[in-house]
Formats: sequence, structure tokens, C-alpha cells
Amino acid sequence: MGKIRALIVDDSSVMRKIVERSLRQAGIDLDKVVEASNGAEALVALQNNTVDLILCDINMPVMDGLEFVRQVHTVESAKGVPIVMITTEGSESHVVQALTAGARGYIRKPFTADQVKEHVVPVLGSKS
Amino acid sequence: MSTDTTFVTRSHEENWLPILQLAVEEVFEIMLGSRVKPATQPEHQPNGELTAMIGLAGSLCGILTVRCDTKTAFQVAKSMLGDAAKSEEEVADALGEICNMIAGNFKNKLAGTDERCMLSVPTVITGGEYSLHSLAEGNSMEAVLLFEDAPIAVRLQLQS
Repeated sequence: MGKIRALIVDDSSVMRKIVERSLRQAGIDLDKVVEASNGAEALVALQNNTVDLILCDINMPVMDGLEFVRQVHTVESAKGVPIVMITTEGSESHVVQALTAGARGYIRKPFTADQVKEHVVPVLGSKS
Repeated sequence: MSTDTTFVTRSHEENWLPILQLAVEEVFEIMLGSRVKPATQPEHQPNGELTAMIGLAGSLCGILTVRCDTKTAFQVAKSMLGDAAKSEEEVADALGEICNMIAGNFKNKLAGTDERCMLSVPTVITGGEYSLHSLAEGNSMEAVLLFEDAPIAVRLQLQS
């Protein structure tokens, strides 16, 4: 597993920092981290940055995480990039909606670095 | 958006306070690496200089608030980030996320609630000179827990 370029989407800057730290603690070698505070910002960020992994919250203003996952295929360079949701929304219906929309993993907040490793490492380097 | 009367009834009949306390304890232990414990002395009431709040809608309607003094909020942010917070905005952001995770963790623990209960994005009020008038007046519960010996109050107010 080489160096990873990650996009972290969360309306909380504190949570974006925690997610980045958790990725590093999980042993993921980060080359570059791009941040966005909602789905709409994330779509713009993907037009200017190529990434290998996307971690995304669900409850966000402007455009939520589920809508972002549904629209991400509109950005050519982001097609097939693995998306892992990190969210407080833990219901089965949210999990199903996210996975149906194209997410490859689902982590419930609060989370540990071990959980990040468990859900993120298997999808790295496996563009769908 | 209607409230499910089943859950309103349950909130009156069941004691949800231990579930709320457990939800708080788990968030602090996992995200901050800190153990919090219920305050036993009635004088342990926080000076509510910062209040984070989040709305619940659907099967449960109401608000959940997390209240503490500024010094404690800075300490919470430091524990979350592993470093001192750089600004008051970052402290408010951290407290809002704590509130968000407590609300999510709490509803995930109530069987059948989670599927039909949505959370708002958090709001944080700075300053204690305010009165809160909620349309969700009804059943309420409050857990006061000590984080590094400082009280943090978590209040759930449900629509009747």
C-alpha cells in the first residue's frame, strides 16, 4: 500500500482533524489530505484534486453525505474511488442507503483508530 | 413531522437516564480517552458558559444539550484534538461534535428509535445569560457528569 491521497468531508473541522489522525494511527501513509465541509464543497474539491480515498460524514448543511455519494460519479476522476462513511447516523436504513448509493464502508461515531483500520484498509487500492 | 406516541410513552415509562449516561460515558472514553463519572453532589452544576444543542425529529422530537464552563470546554477540545485548541471557534466546534455523538449514540441504544429519528446539525451558544424556551416542553432528564472533576450537564428534553 503506497502513499494515499484522502478527501475528508465533515462540517466539523475538529472531526476532520480527528479522522486524519485516526488514518495515520491506523498505519495509513497519507501523502495528501484534502478537506471539505459539505458535499457540494467536496464535489468542487474533487474537480481540482485526484484522491485515492474519501471519508464522508452524512449530516452536513448544504449537501449531505448521502447526496454527495449519489453525485460523486459526475466527477470523472472520482469514479470508483472508495468512499467510507463516518457518521453518528447508525441506523440500518442509513447504512443501506449509503451502500446502495456506492459507499464501500460505514463507521459509526464515536469510533476508534482500530475501527478506521478495519473498514478503510480493505477498500484501499480497490477502485470499483 | 409527527412524534411517535409509542416512544413518548416509553420515555415516561422507562428510565432512560442510565442509557443517556452510558451514551455520554462511551463518547468521552472513545473520543477523548477520558472516563467521566456521574456527579453525586447536588452542588456539581456547571456554570453554563457554553451550550451545544442538537435537535431530534421523527420518532423522538426534542433537543439534547451539553453545557459546561469555558475552561472545561477548552479541556474537552484539547483531549479530542490531542493539542490545545487554537480558537474559541474550534472549542465550540468540538463541543458541538460531542453533543452530536452523544445524541447519535443515545438514539442508537434505544431499540426501534434509530430508524425513524433524525438529528440536526449542532448549534453552540456562548454565554450563560439566556433562557431556553423550547416547543418541545415535555418529559426531560439531565445527567451531570464529572470530566476531570469539572461538571458537564447533558439534558434531553422531549416533546410531550
